[in-house]
Parts: sequence; C-alpha cells; structure tokens
Amino acid sequence: MTGTTSPAQTAASVVAPGTAESLARLGELRLTTVFTPRRRRVTKEPSGWWVNALRIGVVVAIFAYWEIGATVGWIDTFFWSKPSAIWNTALIALGNGDLFVNAGFTFTSTIAGFLIGVIGGVGIGLSFWWSRTYALVAEPMVIAFEAMPKLALAPIIVLVLGIGISSKIAMATALVIVIQILNTYAAVRSVDSDLTTMVSSLGASKWQVFRKVVVPSVLPWVISSLRVAIGLALTGAVVGEYIGSKEGLGRMIQYAGSTYDIALIWVGVFTLALLSAVLYLGVTLLERWLLKGVARVN
Amino acid sequence: MTIAPEFTTTREPLLDDAQLVVDDVSRTFPSPDGGVVQALVGANLRVRRGEFISLIGPSGCGKSTLFNLIAGLDEPTAGSILMDGIERNGQQGLVGYMLQKDLLLPWRTVLDNVVLGLEISGVKRSDAYEIAKPLLETYGLGSFMHRYPRQLSGGMKQRAALLRTILFNRDVILLDEPFGALDAQTREHMQEWLLDLWDDFKKTVLFVTHDIDEAIYLSDRVFVMSARPGRIVAEIPITLDRPRHPSIVTSDEFIALKTTARGYLNNAHRVDGHIVVED
Repeated sequence: MTGTTSPAQTAASVVAPGTAESLARLGELRLTTVFTPRRRRVTKEPSGWWVNALRIGVVVAIFAYWEIGATVGWIDTFFWSKPSAIWNTALIALGNGDLFVNAGFTFTSTIAGFLIGVIGGVGIGLSFWWSRTYALVAEPMVIAFEAMPKLALAPIIVLVLGIGISSKIAMATALVIVIQILNTYAAVRSVDSDLTTMVSSLGASKWQVFRKVVVPSVLPWVISSLRVAIGLALTGAVVGEYIGSKEGLGRMIQYAGSTYDIALIWVGVFTLALLSAVLYLGVTLLERWLLKGVARVN
Repeated sequence: MTIAPEFTTTREPLLDDAQLVVDDVSRTFPSPDGGVVQALVGANLRVRRGEFISLIGPSGCGKSTLFNLIAGLDEPTAGSILMDGIERNGQQGLVGYMLQKDLLLPWRTVLDNVVLGLEISGVKRSDAYEIAKPLLETYGLGSFMHRYPRQLSGGMKQRAALLRTILFNRDVILLDEPFGALDAQTREHMQEWLLDLWDDFKKTVLFVTHDIDEAIYLSDRVFVMSARPGRIVAEIPITLDRPRHPSIVTSDEFIALKTTARGYLNNAHRVDGHIVVED
C-alpha cells in the first residue's frame, strides 16, 4: 500500500484546487439564484357522462352543419351529397339486401386473410429461431417485401387469381403476413437468452427450449399485434375489390364512384367504418381471451 | 506490500471420493482486436461428495466461465471436467445450476417453475407436483406456490429458483452469486436456509460470491481467484465447526480466516502493481 501513496492522499484534508473553485461557485449560486417551490398541479379526470355528451355533440354538430349547409347551398351536394340522402340510399341498400351481401363478402375475405396471414407469419417468424443461417438469408428478403408497397401488386394478384374471393384473401394475407413475420422474428430475437441457457442447463432438448421458453415468450407479442393485423387485412381486401370484383364493399364504392352516386359512396364508407369497428372490437375481445388463456395454460 | 506466497494449483493424486474434478482446465476467447482473452488458465479443483466449496474473486476472474464449463454450457480449450471419474466436457443436464438472476419463467406459477427440471427429464406433471408440493411447504413457499414470480419478493424468487435447482435432483449444484441482489437481512436468512437445504439433501455445492463473510460462513473450503488471466490463486480450508451459528462471524478464528482471505483477494485485485478498480 505504502509504495503507491501519492502526496495528494497524504494531505487528505486539503481539497484539490478545482474542487475548491466548484464548491465556491455552488455557494455563490445558492446565494444569487431564487428558488420558487412549486406545487404539482393535479389534473382531475373529467366525468364520463360529460365526455360522452361532448363526443355526441361534436358528431351531431358536424352532421347538422352538413345537412343544413347542403340545403342552404353552402355545400355542393353533387360532390358531397347530404346526410338525409345518404340515409335514404342506405335504407334502399338495406332493403334489397345488397349491403349485407357486400359487407359479408368483405368480412369473409378479411377474416380469411387475417387468419392465414397471422398463422403463416407467426409460423415463419418462429421458424427463424431454429437456424441462424436460414434467418440471415431470409431476413433481407422479408424486409424488401415489407418495403415494397404491396397494394401495387393488386392488379397482378387479381389477374392471376381472378375476380373471385381468392384474390381478395390473397391481398389481405399479403399485407398481414409480412408484418407478422417481422414482428414474430423481433419477438424471437428478444427472448431472454439467460432463460434459454437456464432451461438448457436443465438438460432440455432444442425442441423443449422452443416449446417451454420461445413460444410462451413470443405469444404476448403476437397477441398484441392482432389489432394491427385486422386493420391491414381489411385494407387489403377492400383494395383487392377496387381492382376487380363482383361483390364487396370496395366494389360497391368503386361502382358508385363511377356512376356519380355520391350518397352510395358514403353508405359504403360508413359501412366499412362500422365493419372495421366491429372487427376491431372482436379482435380486442379475442386478445383479452387469449391473454387469459395463455396465463392459465402455462 | 505483502506478496502472497506463490500458489500453484497442482494435480494432486485423485481422491477416492472426488465427485467433481476440474483437471487443468483453460478457456480462451478470441478478443475483438484479434488476440485472445484468457478467461481461465490451468484451473484445478477436486470436490468431495457432499462438500461445500466457495469461489471468491474480482469480476472477470473466470468464476462464471468455470461454472459454465462445469455445467456443460461451454467447452474448455484445454483440460477436462470429470464427474464421478468420467469426462463430461460440454455435457449439459448433469449438474444443477443457479444464477444470480432467479430466471423464473414469468408465465408459470412458482409450482410450475420448480418442477421444470423434472418436467424436462420426462416426469409427468402430476407426479412432479406430488414431489414438489411437500417441499414447497417445508421450505417456506407453501403459501406462494400458485403465485406468479412477479408477485414475489426478491428473496422468495431466489428460494423458488433454488428449489427448482434442488428438485432437478443432481448431486452437484452450482450457485452463481445466488444472493448477490438481495438486501443484507434477507441474505442472512437465505444463508441459513441454504445450509438447512444442504444438510437435508446432502448435495455437493459450488458457490460463487463476492462476499468474503458469506464464503467463509457457508463453506468447507474457499478458493480465491484472480483476474487477467482468470486463475485459482489460493485455497483456504475453513476449519470452523458445524453447525455454525450466525454469531460465529465475530469469533477470532473467523476474523483470522477473513484476514487471510482478504490478503489473497487484495493481491488478486492487483494487476502489474496497479490496483484494478472494478464494480
């Protein structure tokens, strides 16, 4: 010890020159700066009924302005139509069953594309865990496919698969699967390597590590990506219908546009919004149910 | 400056009751600048059945490397690991291994976590539960068995992890700083608890710690390691009688042992005459 003691250490009570200066300046600052004690403002959560009343109020106001504006002449009904006309068109479309048929078609292709995309994407993403070489070769291709605007593929897909439901399912799948692969692969890479080491030290085979650590670690990621996936599936299905179809809400909107039936376009758009809300709600419930299931099974 | 007597870990004649033998084991890793890092050089250990061994040393002294080699998660560049006289380089599943992190699977309850080892070795879950439940009751986890790890305190998690290691049912268990992240009081409880378990299950324990007191209090022999290159520099037999009462830490004998250990350890912290500041 004694051999390495420096002069600075022997005079321990004397503060180094730089430190002394800093201390003096801190002392000065204490004297010159004025500190105002602050009270943290506690924001009160607004009451539920008030928020809901405001929400409804805003929507009613927009529609009222639209209706009145169209009647008075501020809004050109040729381009924008008006709520009452849209309502009448909707009643007709509901009455002859067109709306149900089209919504059902879009719903079916969306769900099918969603399921194929999620299951396929998760499967492919999980497969990357098994071989590093395979993952390294495949990854840039998946990213390239992700970077490509897949909607641009729609004409080819419709040409190849025809104007039936399969081309819509293919579009929905194409949008969903890439995101699912990348998401699952990210989840696979973030599996805690200490956990896999621990399980290996218990003599687990690769398959056991996969089943007991990798799959349960990845599941929450997959479940939380389902909401994004359902939105993409709907987009894919509708774009497929725009390009060429005999049925579907996308086809209905496209047809209405080409015949200048603005009210029918709005009926299609509102129905799509409703459909997407229903799908979103459904997936949210599915998510909750799956999370509970995951907790129970494992 | 006191210089520690040069300590060489030589190959003694094989002890009859040596359960685990680390025979002249070295492990080098390629370093980023193209050279090699000597993580462990010429380590020799002979551990008797039922013995409690501690390894102490600064960070980077190769303790964890040695454990990974014994657990078969890594293979030595030279030398061999023998268990019951058979070479076991790179073979997993032969020893119980527990790390500082509890590494409980967050989606499993305590009960499902502790039976993991049995489950992997092919025991039916219901049978594994039957074995595990009484043990959980006896060792203070009875009321927590259906809880998830996130609902447990640090000490309870470590208990669960240790029971998982015990239930894995191997004769040798490696404990890599199992109590390192716990507060002093919990740590003391856990040491008592570990000694109870060791007594009940007659395991051979290798224990890594930073804490000299802990090493001396728990062990039959303490090995001191040094960094760069990682090697074993000293062996201190702990002659204190068992069972040991926690108050033993204030006895003269204990303090003498501690002074010896500290002497070796301080040397271990010096590299080429410079004090290496770590942690």
